[in-house]
Amino acid sequence: MTAYTRILAGLTVLTISVLVFAVATPARAIEIQRVVSPGGVEAWLVEDHTLPIVALRFSMIGGAATDPAGKEGLANMVSGLLDEGAGDLDSQSFRRQLEDNSISLSFSASQDSFSGSLRSLKRNQDKAFDLFHLALTEPRFDDEAVERIRAQILTGIARSKNDPSSIARRTFWASNFPDHPYGRRSGGEAESVGAITKTDLTTFVNRRIARGDMVIGVAGDISAAELAPLLDTTFGDLPERAEAFSIGTATPAALGEIIVVDQDVPQSTVVFGHRGLPRDDPDFYAATVLNHVLGGGSFTSRLYQEVREKRGLAYSVFSYLQPLDHAALWLGGAATENSAVGQSIDVIRSEWARMRDIPITQEQLDAARDNITGSFALRFSNTGAIAGMLVAIQRQDLGINYIDERSKFFEAVTLEDINRIAKKFLDPDALTIVVVGKPEGVKPTKKPDAG
Amino acid sequence: MRNRSKTNWRGRVWPAIGGSLTAIFLFTGIAAQPADAQIFNPTTYTLDNGLRVVVIENHRAPVVTHMVWYNVGAADEPPGKSGIAHFLEHLMFKGTKKRASGEFSDIIARNGGRENAFTSQDYTGYFQSIAADRLPLMMELEADRMTGLVLTDDIIQPERQVVIEERRSRTDSSPRALLNEQVTAATYSNHPYRLPVIGWEHEISALTLDEIVDFYNTWYAPNNAVLVVSGDVEPEEVRALAEKYYGPIPAKTLPPRVRPSEPPQHAPREVVLRDARVDQPSWSRRWLAPSYVSGETEHVYALEVLAQVLGGGSSSRLYSSLVIDQALAVSAGAWYSPDNLDLTTFGMGVSPRPGVDVDKLTTALEEQVARFLETGATAEEVERAKQRLVDSAVFARDSLGTPARIFGAALTTGQSVEDVEQWPNRISAVTVEQVNAAARAILRPETSTTGILLPLGKDGRS
Repeated sequence: MTAYTRILAGLTVLTISVLVFAVATPARAIEIQRVVSPGGVEAWLVEDHTLPIVALRFSMIGGAATDPAGKEGLANMVSGLLDEGAGDLDSQSFRRQLEDNSISLSFSASQDSFSGSLRSLKRNQDKAFDLFHLALTEPRFDDEAVERIRAQILTGIARSKNDPSSIARRTFWASNFPDHPYGRRSGGEAESVGAITKTDLTTFVNRRIARGDMVIGVAGDISAAELAPLLDTTFGDLPERAEAFSIGTATPAALGEIIVVDQDVPQSTVVFGHRGLPRDDPDFYAATVLNHVLGGGSFTSRLYQEVREKRGLAYSVFSYLQPLDHAALWLGGAATENSAVGQSIDVIRSEWARMRDIPITQEQLDAARDNITGSFALRFSNTGAIAGMLVAIQRQDLGINYIDERSKFFEAVTLEDINRIAKKFLDPDALTIVVVGKPEGVKPTKKPDAG
Repeated sequence: MRNRSKTNWRGRVWPAIGGSLTAIFLFTGIAAQPADAQIFNPTTYTLDNGLRVVVIENHRAPVVTHMVWYNVGAADEPPGKSGIAHFLEHLMFKGTKKRASGEFSDIIARNGGRENAFTSQDYTGYFQSIAADRLPLMMELEADRMTGLVLTDDIIQPERQVVIEERRSRTDSSPRALLNEQVTAATYSNHPYRLPVIGWEHEISALTLDEIVDFYNTWYAPNNAVLVVSGDVEPEEVRALAEKYYGPIPAKTLPPRVRPSEPPQHAPREVVLRDARVDQPSWSRRWLAPSYVSGETEHVYALEVLAQVLGGGSSSRLYSSLVIDQALAVSAGAWYSPDNLDLTTFGMGVSPRPGVDVDKLTTALEEQVARFLETGATAEEVERAKQRLVDSAVFARDSLGTPARIFGAALTTGQSVEDVEQWPNRISAVTVEQVNAAARAILRPETSTTGILLPLGKDGRS
């Protein structure tokens, strides 16, 4: 659950005469081509021949949330093993091909998605696509590699059990989704990771990796004509469809609870949240603006101003929207001295209430929106990020013109929208608050769920 | 760093700047390219008041990164005043004679910009990334706070708490970070690099307004700064803007950067931290090593290659022997960052597999290192390492912020623009003999410090 969208924003009432608010259209230089290979594999492409670099990303629906019970961590383990030997190349040979050719190739699994990433110098492009194809279609899962990666994952799990932020996140999700895959760690537990067999790994690859369920983004020094045949050789022999799976929709269960996990540290880590909006909700843009004012804008948000700037209670405090495929949340976090945790929570709740109860002004709306639209161009700063953007737009079904249209969606947001959303969603009493540390001034209402 | 670096988009960490309080930017792979190519082709000039300017053109998107780097960091703090450079970095956002506290950030936010700041042992930097046509505004704001900062006790008190919370987040909450702080303190006997950049808590708590203002007045000046502009700009326009906004600021008489230097070291040190929060042990060792500009500098480029041969990737010596062949470790690597003004370190680190005794792993590592020192690297290993480093140059250009960070760090740690541009050629010229000579010169027990992180109670050692 590490991937989340957090856009910088700003609030504030300002009268600065020197400013001109005509915001540059960020990505005006970006033209997306839809490339369909002779074999029917589709990718979106942004050609850019400035540097001899080619980047590809893909994402498939279905990630850790589809892991079978007792085998939690399977998708993650597969992602760690696809680049550890494939075809005729054992792990060392495969890794060495990557390293000697300066090719970056990796896979990852979130709760909702299984994703891949490839980056290469132009001169090694064909080799890079070959290795990517091999990894996707003929992973070896040799015993040595399986046990080595398993040991690495187990070490990571052991470390995360003592890390305050990991404990806080994990407790939050487990408490809110006790009967849903989102309540489980996407990387699995020691026991479930220990139970994963080579057959499980192979079965995942055979059933879950399919070209029809994949969205692909490519950017850099490659033309559409050059890319089309590469799409066929790379993805063409994957099955058309992945095996169907079903995951129920879930809503947070631990409404308004305060959960304390005792840990002997000088500073408490706080995670809080309640329900949010799915990405395809028409109000998502208004909610994004609202969240910027509340806790999304880095140095200008209300939470930052009230908790950090005015009171010096925390180094970091923030909120963000977390729309997943099967649940939507409005989340936040802070880290604050044990003796000040009660006060910090009071301030966060009162800002949550103020945001709900007192309408924001047009000036505040404009300031937040100007930041959101004006900073968009900064996301196109490298080849891999552009390929990633193409994947995200397809994954969320935003349309091939989204980059041009995005500003319009935000410009259409009205004060009425914002204040309506605030009343509908923001509820300080519904916030589930998880604290890890030795907090003072905090009365737990619920014990942490085991696990 | 002024704020958490979670400015993520879909999990991709936006330029890794200031992710740590030490200088991490250059690591081993600044950038390089096959022989004789220029990497970044910057335009450089110096204003009459001594401000050095570097412009790197990048016209891929209509955006710009604007950075000001000061030649002052934690290692320049007066004795007993640790944390002052970093505390001041926070306070630089608090307003000037012309701008109220927070106004700076409000203006940047309103204009769609992102900003942050960072402090290392050797430099302090401030940056904004924003639409290219907002560059004049960024210069106006940054030039204003170069000399116009206004501080009072009321301003510094809440921020002091923020800094202490930052210390708790970064260091006190993490056994790994606490050990690292202790190892650093043991690595240098006399040089101020032994002190944490963020400062010791009792010294942060005692810093006074006057001390902070003195530090600012002493070091923040155009002739002690480097302006780096990277993005969709024309060098001559940047020059005109820099003249307009930074040009009028008078130069100051700067004190010399005098730092106590490191005496010869005679005994290896070992620091062990046991903590209830540790499940999995880890081990690292650092050796005192030259930087680009200090110590036995003839070994620097060879050491960059050495770090790759020993610990760069899974085909490296350490990973292939300890993680794959002997199956003792879950991770193994080596690192070396020569972009320090004074002596740096060459490091190696490993974590045992669950159930493997950390001493057994350490013995295996020492055997590998001893064997390497005896027989040396192969020609093939060196060639592969050099190719990877040289290739990394192209990737370094694939970013708005990376080239700016590379020049800022280089110029504030005693290197020249030419040094950066020649980096791939110098890497390419490294020979097997030089790698072996560098390893033998640097990997000596008496200049090493070892850090071991262990669980409490149940022992990871025999």
